[in-house]
Amino acid sequence: MQETISYWPLLGVGVVIAGFALRFNALLVVTVAGLVTGLAAHMPIDALLASIGAGFVKSRNLPLILILPLPVIGLLERHGLKEHAQNWIARIKSATTGRLLIVYLFVREITAALGLTSLGGHPQMVRPLLAPMAEGAAETRYGTLPEHVRHKLRALSAATDNVGLFFGEDIFVAFGAIMLMHTFLRENGVDVDPLHIAMWGIPTALAAFLIHAYRLYRLDGYLARELRQPAAAANLAPCREN
Amino acid sequence: MILKPDYLYLLAGLILLVVAAMSARDASNPRRWSSALFWGLYGVIFLAGQLLPAALVGVLVIVMALLAGLGGVRAGGHSTLSDEARAAKARLLGNKLFLPALAIPLVTVFCAVLLKDVHIGGLALFDAKNVTLISLGLACILALPLCLKLTGDSGSQSLRESRRLLQAMGWAVMLPQLLATLGLVFTEAGVGKAIADITETYLAVDNRLIAVAAYAGGMALFTMIMGNAFAAFPVITAGIGLPILVGQHHGDAAVMAAIGMFSGYCGTLMTPMAANFNIVPAALLELPDKNAVIKVQWQTALPLLLVNIGLLYLFMFR
Repeated sequence: MQETISYWPLLGVGVVIAGFALRFNALLVVTVAGLVTGLAAHMPIDALLASIGAGFVKSRNLPLILILPLPVIGLLERHGLKEHAQNWIARIKSATTGRLLIVYLFVREITAALGLTSLGGHPQMVRPLLAPMAEGAAETRYGTLPEHVRHKLRALSAATDNVGLFFGEDIFVAFGAIMLMHTFLRENGVDVDPLHIAMWGIPTALAAFLIHAYRLYRLDGYLARELRQPAAAANLAPCREN
Repeated sequence: MILKPDYLYLLAGLILLVVAAMSARDASNPRRWSSALFWGLYGVIFLAGQLLPAALVGVLVIVMALLAGLGGVRAGGHSTLSDEARAAKARLLGNKLFLPALAIPLVTVFCAVLLKDVHIGGLALFDAKNVTLISLGLACILALPLCLKLTGDSGSQSLRESRRLLQAMGWAVMLPQLLATLGLVFTEAGVGKAIADITETYLAVDNRLIAVAAYAGGMALFTMIMGNAFAAFPVITAGIGLPILVGQHHGDAAVMAAIGMFSGYCGTLMTPMAANFNIVPAALLELPDKNAVIKVQWQTALPLLLVNIGLLYLFMFR
């Protein structure tokens, strides 16, 4: 018994790809894609609106983790948290941006693998602490950073948090993804031990660490090439004391 | 249960309404009224989302998306301490400044690990489905008095700082939620089914290596489209994984699932559709290019995807 499957809803996928490729505002792209998909699937307009409304209310947990830390983080920033994070890392003589991020990657991946996924995160950890430290470690060596380097270091800090989280959490057995895979496979008549799924994630988790750590290791060389003007560096280095 | 996410929604809704009121009073913002309307509507959806008719919320969501998408949400002015005053404060407070910041993740983990099964008078303390969320909320609430005492500043100043950060992020705050909504509309409209049908029809692959590459690549690609590996996994595994890799080539399903999901994560690192991991941090770190995080991530994601294909090929058919 073969039910015919309509390909029309794929129009929405096309809107998403075209919209992002043409660099329209993401909110507009997503809204139009939702409306196009619904209409292409012959959903009545009020049902479509209701489904958008219900979906939005159901996913209120997503912005929540972003909004709730803001009063604390914002106030700490007003009173010099970023400045102190930079001063603090400047005191550690051996700390380079690359090494700092490698250590963070390692700790983030290990703690995520133990199920402690909320030890990091962009609003709680990357913005207030990790990114200022990554910038601070580079500034200690090279003085004020040009904007494009500063932005690259911030982006890499965010990327390091993502890589550590993604490839750590999936080797923790009680993580939702493992249970999702286990349940899905069982429903399709294949019974596998969740522990085996977690175990076979380990090679990729290792590879993710090695690849990303290698890039971070090369970051220090990039910074040296990009920023070292021989005379200026010699003058700057001893000037910064705290 | 005693603690539910609903309380946190109320709290976030109140913060957003205060932000809206502050925006409305900010004459330095050229788009003060549309900005205030955006944050106000967001606050209303947080406070009363489940009480309003769903179709009405749908209309409000579209109004918000249009307001923000057409440039109606702008940052206004805000007062900061002078650079010298802030540097002096940083020296005075020193490492104590780290305490409230680190308290948020540490208290979150503490609550999530140790208090998750606590019952008081026969009632579960935490809503079991939202343990991490509630723990984070609790941690943020507990860190605030610590932070106020340490900095000697006021609660209203902490709200002004929240407004500063929310305005810096602007429309990106709303994007992850809107994408999750799109995912639900996709499911309802049968997008997943259509894609599974295409993969089953056109990807009957005999060669093992090509089959493995099609599975891992399909996971990454479909994750990039959906913004979420969890949405891609059932579709691609039912379309390619189970019939071809397990059925035809007798591969190990545990290896396939583990490495297949990770291939999806490689896709997550490369797509603006995974907004909460890629676009929101770019906004949060005040990067002018909203794709800056993706641009540094693909160089890790793509080699890793190739490694995954190799690992699948090696370990699946032992």
